[in-house]
Amino acid sequence: MTDASLPEPRHARSLRDVDARTNRRNRAEARFRAYGIAAVSIGLVFLVVLLGAILINGVGAFQQTFVNVPVYLDPAKLDKNGERNIEDIKKVSTFGYNPLVENALLETVQASGADTELDSAAEMKKLLSASAAAQIRDTVIANPELIGQTVEFRLLAASRVDGYLKGRVKREDVTRDKNIDVAHLDLTDKLHDAGVITKGFNLAFITGADASESRPEQAGLGVSMLGSFFMMLVVLGLSLPIGVAASIYLEEFAPQNRFTDLIEVNISNLAAVPSIVFGILGLAAFIQFAHLPQSAPLVGGLTLTLMTLPTIVISTRASLKSVPPSIRDAALGVGASKMQAVFHHVLPMAMPGILTGTIIGLAQALGETAPLLLIGMVGYIATNAPDGLASGFLDPNSAMPAQIFEWAKRADPAYYERAWGGIIILLVFLMTMNIIAIILRRRFERRW
Amino acid sequence: MYDAPTLERDVTEAKTKFSARNVQVWYGDTHAIKDVNVEIEDNTVTAFIGPSGCGKSTFLRCLNRMNDTIDVCRVEGDIRLDGEDIYDKKVDPVQLRAKVGMVFQKPNPFPKSIYDNIAYGPRIHGLARSKAELDEIVENALRRGAIWDEVKDRLDAPGTGLSGGQQQRLCIARAVATQPEVLLMDEPCSALDPIATAQVEELIDELRANFSVIIVTHSMQQAARVSQKTAFFHLGELVEFGETGHIFTNPEDERTESYITGRIG
Repeated sequence: MTDASLPEPRHARSLRDVDARTNRRNRAEARFRAYGIAAVSIGLVFLVVLLGAILINGVGAFQQTFVNVPVYLDPAKLDKNGERNIEDIKKVSTFGYNPLVENALLETVQASGADTELDSAAEMKKLLSASAAAQIRDTVIANPELIGQTVEFRLLAASRVDGYLKGRVKREDVTRDKNIDVAHLDLTDKLHDAGVITKGFNLAFITGADASESRPEQAGLGVSMLGSFFMMLVVLGLSLPIGVAASIYLEEFAPQNRFTDLIEVNISNLAAVPSIVFGILGLAAFIQFAHLPQSAPLVGGLTLTLMTLPTIVISTRASLKSVPPSIRDAALGVGASKMQAVFHHVLPMAMPGILTGTIIGLAQALGETAPLLLIGMVGYIATNAPDGLASGFLDPNSAMPAQIFEWAKRADPAYYERAWGGIIILLVFLMTMNIIAIILRRRFERRW
Repeated sequence: MYDAPTLERDVTEAKTKFSARNVQVWYGDTHAIKDVNVEIEDNTVTAFIGPSGCGKSTFLRCLNRMNDTIDVCRVEGDIRLDGEDIYDKKVDPVQLRAKVGMVFQKPNPFPKSIYDNIAYGPRIHGLARSKAELDEIVENALRRGAIWDEVKDRLDAPGTGLSGGQQQRLCIARAVATQPEVLLMDEPCSALDPIATAQVEELIDELRANFSVIIVTHSMQQAARVSQKTAFFHLGELVEFGETGHIFTNPEDERTESYITGRIG
């Protein structure tokens, strides 16, 4: 035996020479870090593109073009008897208001000194939204004492005019447009310079109701927002107590056997069921079987409750499970009953998780569209806000995402802009809910 | 290690607190406790020793029916507290646990204030009729737990903010607050450093005046230091039970001898 056969001792080499293995390992680590950074960056880029697109396309919906016109509310046309009887005033339809609008617009155009090729007041009226007469009529009915006075109105401009000032409608587009001519756009420019046509914040978009296909300028998200609100009340009121009670029972009290295993598997499966399935279930169970009113937020809320329940049950069970068993032991050890242990100690500790799960479930339900299609909550709801709690739950309504879907379906590009604007509002709601979830979690955690 | 003055310790004749007859415990198909017979006396510290998995903790948890919370666990035989069968159908385990307090291996204070930790038990059992009475119970319990001086100025501070040893003494105080008759301690010092251990051991010796204390421990030194009676468990059987001094110096069973001399376990 000679020691020539022994391998050279490893430690003979200096620590400063990096061997091939180490080099490879370091390179692999650097590569992995680069992949990670790349993945995060791609995600961020998508997020920025998404938010950017939403903002660029949607911000326009929050601005609206108005035509400021002083309208003389002629008593001879609006109240022939001169008695200021509200019933008489209501008898005058929007057609009766049209001449007033036309006269007022003509005078305004002349007063502004803008010369135009448009020869008649009826032609000029195309600058205004078709809803202009109704806008004046509503004001008059609300304040009959205005009759006989000249009142400054901020009338909605037609959607083409609005689009032109926002850059959505180009001059070359209107050559084949039967609603509007280049002459109208010329006049729009002049009136804009004269300050008759102005752009302003579009509050009606946030508070108003949907409008017909031909009046996108009038459409708003407000009523469907209320529809969503009432649905969320139903979802919260049902899925939170049912979900939490079910989870507490399953997690803390139920015996471990085949049957509870089966329930557990099925709850997990339910969470993965496509939402449209819940829609058709809601249609069959709540509308066709239980004969609840169609398109009602109550039915929408019930359907979304079915969808939200598994989410809440799963997150609640997870947060109950994460409470250390030593706390249960401690409570039982001082002679608390099982229920006291759960309600005094386990549940408060699980609360942040339960709340987070619930709010995330609600946010999911708020953004859900598919089930609403099947229970008829995508109707055209141009009526005003529900006038009470019962009608809020039972009257036909739409919901925010369904309304956005409706708008996106419509032909007029002005509705496309509204759809993006609706998405901004929806996202603001979702973000608010998530922030509330975070704040609640922080606040509850601080107590421990 | 055997120079502890175990022999000099005199054991006063006391009445039996717990008596177990032919106790069998199954976890599913596993026979965890085999035919255990033991008499545990009042005002005595009884130590359960034995290697891991020998069933000493399982047996301890039978004494306040904590095993009821485990679905697969089945207890047979006869365990009597002051002559009453604790597994009788009419016995409510919650009432039993109020009488037989328990301290766990890991300090597990509730994530509440120190005051609420102690006050919880008396509150749910309705031991105090007024705030003043509750205050008094809390103070007494904390004094019994030998932690009053350390926490009296910060009763509103969270119990989880105390050090490990303080937390364990808080848990002992919490167990004492419900005025139990027996205190079960499942390796109460295994998560503590030597100084905290010494404090808790001293406390256990003081508690003997008022309670029957049963302590499960891995440490034979600890058993020798704190207990008057020792039970040696091995593979689910109670191998030997007797005076602590006797067990440690003159064991009758060779398994006991092997264990205390370090050959098994």
